[in-house]
Amino acid sequence: MAEYKWPEAEKRTLIGKRVSRVDGPEKVSGKAKYTYDIKRPGMLYGKILRSPHAHAKIVSIDSAEAEKMPGVRAVKVIQGPGTEIRWAGDEILAVAAVDEPTAEDALRAIKVTYEVLPHLVVDNDTKAAAEMQMARQAAAETKGEPDKAFAESEVISEGTYGMPVITHCCLEPHGSIAEWEGEQNLTVHISTQNVSGIAGEMARPLEIPAGNVRVRMDHVGGGFGSKFGPDRWGIEGARLSKLAGGKPVKIMLERDAELMVAGTRPSAYARVKVGAKKDGTILAWESESWGSGGIGGGGSPPLPYVFAIPNQKKQHTAIQNNVGSSRAWRAPNHPQGCLITMGALEDMAAQLGMDPLDFFLKNIDLTGQRAEIYREEFNIAADLIGWKKNWHPRGDKTAGPIKRGLGLSLHTWGGGGHASDCDVTIHPDGSVEVKMGTQDLGTGTRTTIMMVAAETFGLPMNSINLLIGDNRYPTSGGSGGSTTIGGVSASPRRGSVDALDLLFAKVAPALKAEPADLEAVGGMIRVKSDPKRALPWKQACAKLGAMPVTARGKNPGPGTLTSQGVGGVQMADVSVDVETGVVKVNKIVAVQDCGLIIDLKTAESQVYGALIMGVCSALYEERVMDAATGRMLNPNMEFYKLAGIGDIGELVVHMMTGKGYDERGVIGLGEPPAISPTAVLSNAVANAIGVRVPSLPLTPDRVLDALEKKGGNNARI
Amino acid sequence: MSDDDKPREQSSGLSRRNFLKASGISLSVPLVMGHRVITVAGAEVKVYGPSKLPVTLLVNGKRQVAEVEPRVTLLEALRHELEVTGAKRVCDRGTCGACTVLLDGKLVYSCSVLAIDAQGKSVTTVEGLTQGDKLHPIQQAFIDNDAQQCGFCTPGFVVACKGFLDKNPNPTPEEVERGLGGNLCRCGTYVGIRAAVAQAAKNKRGGRRNG
Amino acid sequence: MRAFEYASPTTKEQVVSLLGSQWGEAEVLAGGTDLLALMKDDIVHPKRLVNLKEVRELRGITYSPGQGLRIGALATIQDLLDSAVVARSYRALAQAAEGITSPQIRNMGTVAGDLCQRPRCWYYRAGFGLFAKDEKGESLVKNGDNRYHAILGNSGPAYYVNPSSLAPALVAMGARVHVYGPQGAREIPAGRFYLTPSAEGEREYDLKPNEIVTAISVPPLGGMKNSTYEVRQREALDWPLAAASVVLRMSGNTVESARVVMGHVAPVPWRSTEAEQFLVGKSINEEVAQGAGNVAVLQAKSLSRNAYKVQLARTSVKRALLDAARGGGR
Repeated sequence: MAEYKWPEAEKRTLIGKRVSRVDGPEKVSGKAKYTYDIKRPGMLYGKILRSPHAHAKIVSIDSAEAEKMPGVRAVKVIQGPGTEIRWAGDEILAVAAVDEPTAEDALRAIKVTYEVLPHLVVDNDTKAAAEMQMARQAAAETKGEPDKAFAESEVISEGTYGMPVITHCCLEPHGSIAEWEGEQNLTVHISTQNVSGIAGEMARPLEIPAGNVRVRMDHVGGGFGSKFGPDRWGIEGARLSKLAGGKPVKIMLERDAELMVAGTRPSAYARVKVGAKKDGTILAWESESWGSGGIGGGGSPPLPYVFAIPNQKKQHTAIQNNVGSSRAWRAPNHPQGCLITMGALEDMAAQLGMDPLDFFLKNIDLTGQRAEIYREEFNIAADLIGWKKNWHPRGDKTAGPIKRGLGLSLHTWGGGGHASDCDVTIHPDGSVEVKMGTQDLGTGTRTTIMMVAAETFGLPMNSINLLIGDNRYPTSGGSGGSTTIGGVSASPRRGSVDALDLLFAKVAPALKAEPADLEAVGGMIRVKSDPKRALPWKQACAKLGAMPVTARGKNPGPGTLTSQGVGGVQMADVSVDVETGVVKVNKIVAVQDCGLIIDLKTAESQVYGALIMGVCSALYEERVMDAATGRMLNPNMEFYKLAGIGDIGELVVHMMTGKGYDERGVIGLGEPPAISPTAVLSNAVANAIGVRVPSLPLTPDRVLDALEKKGGNNARI
Repeated sequence: MSDDDKPREQSSGLSRRNFLKASGISLSVPLVMGHRVITVAGAEVKVYGPSKLPVTLLVNGKRQVAEVEPRVTLLEALRHELEVTGAKRVCDRGTCGACTVLLDGKLVYSCSVLAIDAQGKSVTTVEGLTQGDKLHPIQQAFIDNDAQQCGFCTPGFVVACKGFLDKNPNPTPEEVERGLGGNLCRCGTYVGIRAAVAQAAKNKRGGRRNG
Repeated sequence: MRAFEYASPTTKEQVVSLLGSQWGEAEVLAGGTDLLALMKDDIVHPKRLVNLKEVRELRGITYSPGQGLRIGALATIQDLLDSAVVARSYRALAQAAEGITSPQIRNMGTVAGDLCQRPRCWYYRAGFGLFAKDEKGESLVKNGDNRYHAILGNSGPAYYVNPSSLAPALVAMGARVHVYGPQGAREIPAGRFYLTPSAEGEREYDLKPNEIVTAISVPPLGGMKNSTYEVRQREALDWPLAAASVVLRMSGNTVESARVVMGHVAPVPWRSTEAEQFLVGKSINEEVAQGAGNVAVLQAKSLSRNAYKVQLARTSVKRALLDAARGGGR
């Protein structure tokens, strides 16, 4: 029975090293084909007519003129007269035409009349939501004896914290190309995080067996949690294709639709009260939170975040407004919980006149089993940002309009590996093939799978032929929740170990050894106790005879290859111009635990990326909804703002890896470092200007408003 | 629905000017493909469209013809007609830089250039930077410094870096940050891009010293 | 984008003949960075585009000590930045051009295009019209999200801000806009080029549908100090939230006369004669600059969500003055 574990540190030739991503050459040369880039023979272009109203009933649809237009091949009503539309941008009708201009002309020729109904699109008005019966107030939760604990508290800090709805804004929009072969067989190229999961979701509405749906994808231009399903437009694209005689129909969302309907992160706002003793011991937490994830209502942020404050009282209200539903967004609910909690705790530290680092460390045991890791991480981060030297009590007292400040935060995430199957085949000619129904979101999935297989076989990476992005390969989970790396590293490890055992069985007689005594190292199969008795890989594989050997690797499975549960801390250094309210990031430090790292290079990129996304959300991003018209006012990249290369400051990443961390096995990394950035930046701004800016993004209007209201609830100078 | 795939009669390039007053603008679809000629201010001026016309583009050194309407952008002609898909459509409004190409050596957003307007100019896309299988040093630097994740902004960024380094062969870090302000990335690859530009600039200097 | 026909004339006379007599019939295409976006969003839908780029006489930047600067309508933002004389003697203009931080836009966008681009008001760009009124005739802007809208000249119905990056500097410098149309050439002081329309369908500038901007001339500034300061949130391409351009005629350390023009605060570039008068006879220091900033926004009337812009405008004026005094211009 094979033993499934990672090689000892000193024996690793690839794992833990800095390896360039294997699909880099394709990506930098423009050869990488994304769904958006695919053109199939005879392909038609699909476009979707969307509702301009946030809440309305469709009265009539007249598509006669469009249907007569030259070049229009199919017109399909998605939601017909009588249907109630509950968000602007919802799908009404789709057309397929020979080219994009014709499809656009056709949409313009369609006349839809609506009966407009009252709507609610703002995400932070609980009163209006209650009046329109669009608020769901959860029951209050109590832990310990909050009233007593607040009465015993020597210091009480109160504040308001929040972040608005942001959108995923994947650079490659959602979309797919669907084509039929006969009445029953469908092939779909789709921009997805879930190659293995799409067929089932398409088969049901299309009433064909899931096994008849072939799903393909080589590269995806961003997902961040928003691309797990085929979406209505994917299903309708397949229907349009059928109407057009099976011709391929490509529907990629326009940018405005991508921003309106293809994914958002729920907002969260909270009024928080924290009670503590003068020495900094936290005693009590009370929060009243609210937020919206659109028509679905959205999640409830974990409050208080990580710190298990002994006495708590909390209540959350979910606003169900007339906006498309939220989707998973890198660490669902955690950034919201983190911002609210770390903001409230830093405000308490300021109220106490304590250095927040001391305050956090004093209460670090409340974080539970990872307390010691956090302590170690805080010490490292403090060194990297010069906390002792650069921190000052709240409110930079130096002259001039530019105020500098520091902030900190901590976070946690699970990140256990998802279910993943793969087939590992060794051919008699020595070639190796790994097949897995997974996808590489740009996180380095391809690279890490190849590293694991190559490491196991003692071969260079380029001798592994990796096939992913096709649902005909063994089923592997969707890429989300930081579950991918665990799954896609463990299953090829197990599969490769098993395939190697099959090879060892064939090779052992030639080396006059028992299969269990063999090892694969440096391109040789050799006897562990007598490495000179060896066969080069190719010659060894020739012993297989005519038939290749294939082993199915699975996750979960035997042996400790993966684990879950990580802690990380971050610190930020910002400058705020108090005459303009403009915030500039000077530096962010991220110290992150993630178990055994497969590829240090792409792992660090994940953390850099998480920090940069955090800068976007802390300083710029906000979906702006117009209360009167119910429309999104910034469904474009001009006013839906992302940070540019000059807006992110210096970023420093420190990975907690090596002895003491590696033993846990592989743990996901996509989400954890994406949790704290908004909190550290909000805290750093508060430290710089002496007052909390209650809501993100930290734009000039909000910063100046907070400065003007200094002396209000959040002021701490 | 009617069929409109049949090729149309080629334009004679003459006629029709009798009923078209110089300033009169009509959007009747001509029965011909190509152009018509009208006389304005004493000179004959060709008027193209609104229907398709052959547009000749010099893309990465190769002359290619696309039949498109005047309303088709350079980006769309590249991607849909010529299947040169390195340049990406993201914002489609001249903001994000994913569609960046070099037009006569200058960085432009190909989503905001009409294909008909790009005629007579040399178009270089990310594909044009690779010589056979040999990557351009900027492309190699992107790989070495992991300056891409999902990779959808990467082609535009690579071209933007090329245009930037052509103009600023020896940039300071501040110049890099300011000089690439026309491109956006969602995954957050800017740290790698900064390092890649620095590496490419360094190699360029090294290369020059060595002759 | 809707279908259109396209012509590419080579003289301005041809251009003018090809343009329509009504707005909406034809548009001129130069850099295309704004026009194509407007067409994609179906905000304008001309039946004909008249390409200007082959009209050679509209190109180039020239300078003579007597006449000053002449910027052809087709000169790009990058041409301005590449011009040594602009960098040397028209610093406020160079600074405004630098604020357009995308090299792609700098290469494509023309100076005349910057002046004639349409407002970025998000209600206008969403198709609600320049005045963005609801079915009852109420302003969507006034009652809606006006965080980027006007704080001056905003008594209605226009609440958008003039989007031009270069206009404040050009107005402050006393530039003139050269226009050509069926009646021949005319010249408009840059300060009078912008209008606040009173009806939908009118334009925000003094051009007839068949007129084009051919050039912008800027007089020699002599030794006048000048500077532009923009408040932008991002280094990446971003619209200024407020801006100010100042030109100061000095007598020793004392201001003899001043031009103070604010951008992105009103439907037109907003000249503050109050601030200009305030500065006369004073020497520029922190306190005087702050005072001028305060005076410049005395008439400001914020809408429901843009009070912060008053502070940004004030700061822009102050910082432009301090920068000018520190050595803007020779």
